[in-house]
Amino acid sequence: MPDLVEPLTYAFVQRALIGATLVGVVCACVGVFVVLRGLAFLGDAVAHIAFPGVVVAFMAKTDLVIGGSIAAVAGALAIGLVGRRSGLREDTIIGVVFSGMFALGVVLFSSIRTYTGDLLGALLGDVLGISNEQLFLAAGTAAIVIAVLFLVWKEIVFVSFDPTGAAAAGLPVTRYDSLLLVLVGLAIAISIQIVGVVLVVALLVTPAATARLLARTLRHMLAFALLFAVISALAGIYASYYLNTASGGTIVLVATALFVVVWVIRALARDRAA
Amino acid sequence: MTEPAILLRRVAAGYDGMLAIEGVDLEVRPGELVALVGANGSGKSTLLKVIVGLLRPRHGDVRVFGGEPAAARSRMSYLPQQEHVRWDFPLTVESVVLMGRIGRLGVGRGPRRGDRDDAAAALGRVDAEYLRRRAVTDLSGGERQRVLLARALFADPEILLLDEPATGVDPTTEEQLMGVLAEEAGRGRTVLVATHDLASVMAHFQRVVCMNHGIVAQGDVSILRDDAVLRATYGGHRPEPSLMADEHHA
Repeated sequence: MPDLVEPLTYAFVQRALIGATLVGVVCACVGVFVVLRGLAFLGDAVAHIAFPGVVVAFMAKTDLVIGGSIAAVAGALAIGLVGRRSGLREDTIIGVVFSGMFALGVVLFSSIRTYTGDLLGALLGDVLGISNEQLFLAAGTAAIVIAVLFLVWKEIVFVSFDPTGAAAAGLPVTRYDSLLLVLVGLAIAISIQIVGVVLVVALLVTPAATARLLARTLRHMLAFALLFAVISALAGIYASYYLNTASGGTIVLVATALFVVVWVIRALARDRAA
Repeated sequence: MTEPAILLRRVAAGYDGMLAIEGVDLEVRPGELVALVGANGSGKSTLLKVIVGLLRPRHGDVRVFGGEPAAARSRMSYLPQQEHVRWDFPLTVESVVLMGRIGRLGVGRGPRRGDRDDAAAALGRVDAEYLRRRAVTDLSGGERQRVLLARALFADPEILLLDEPATGVDPTTEEQLMGVLAEEAGRGRTVLVATHDLASVMAHFQRVVCMNHGIVAQGDVSILRDDAVLRATYGGHRPEPSLMADEHHA
């Protein structure tokens, strides 16, 4: 049995555990809607769209999360706007915007002639390198995302479940859709430090998808998603500490393992019931 | 003379540059039970969307209780076609019915005292109180339609607009739903229903509006016995006479 206390003697591990749990909770809350509305591809796209923002922030010597947040939120809103105005399918718009913006990030990245270690962290995640300032920024952003989401929870549920009925009841459906995209963008931006651009969609989708396998009500789905997100964050950090593996990737692997276990157990239970 | 609940003058509306309805003049008085009939694509749903304010007319004037439709939204309840609803959401039936009053609650406010009792009563009106704790993913087509009607009733509207409420519903449930709508009209509610079921229209409704990209005829439901009206409404897709009322409810 590994010593669970020993890693806690290191401040960087404490920060990593708090940071990973924080973004896990935010991503689980937002991820419930990402999964139910089939927005996983959008989530992946927004994460990649955040990358040029992170690179520009690096070049401008400002906080990478702020740069990523601006790019992610702007990208999410741009996809929604172009999707509504162009008449093209949303996945097509996402494909165009996502690849174009990520290409911009790659070109900007390649033009930097100085040390780019922090940017590699943004691509692949570096939760063990999270600073106190980054943690406070992530905590503030997380508090805003969660507070706003719960304030408009019933409205977002209504416009997601029955957009036509919600519009007929007088709810501004487009505004609530845009607000959800902003929340997704912010959740992604603060998660990039933990798991990186490439894997951030897993934090949004996997715990919520695992929860969907078990839950019959939205409240239960949220509770399960939070549980799986926190387990993934804590177990992932501890496992990466003892196995000396990349923390972001390990967190995602734990989340994926939980999904597989729940899916297999559910399938076996259904076979037995049939 | 009371003010019309719904008044349309020379209304044209459509989507993507195409007009779905043109030259629509319609007046519906409070307490009327009106059926909109016509083939698929004849403009029934478009007309309902214009009245509820989901679609702006290109031409003409739409008045609901004498004002803009948007100003009367809290006095109307709209039941969309089932396929526009995401039935795979993990929601209970009660939570769906409670959505009927979200537009009036305001951000950050949960159901008011008595709302859950009212929701149960609305489910009771459509004989679906036993579904209250059921997940919507487990509902049959008929049960879904009853839940959406309960949501519309729970909103306690003065105008009920229903888009094909009998689609996917068994004849018993359809009879029951139409009975509820007739009761609502009897209580002074204005009820406008888009439907394909002419037999049900003959049996339950007072007035019919026949549509074919505009209103081709309107009046007492007996006009549905007129061959010329049916031809103008359905063209080559004229419904079989055997679907008409007397046989249906014999």
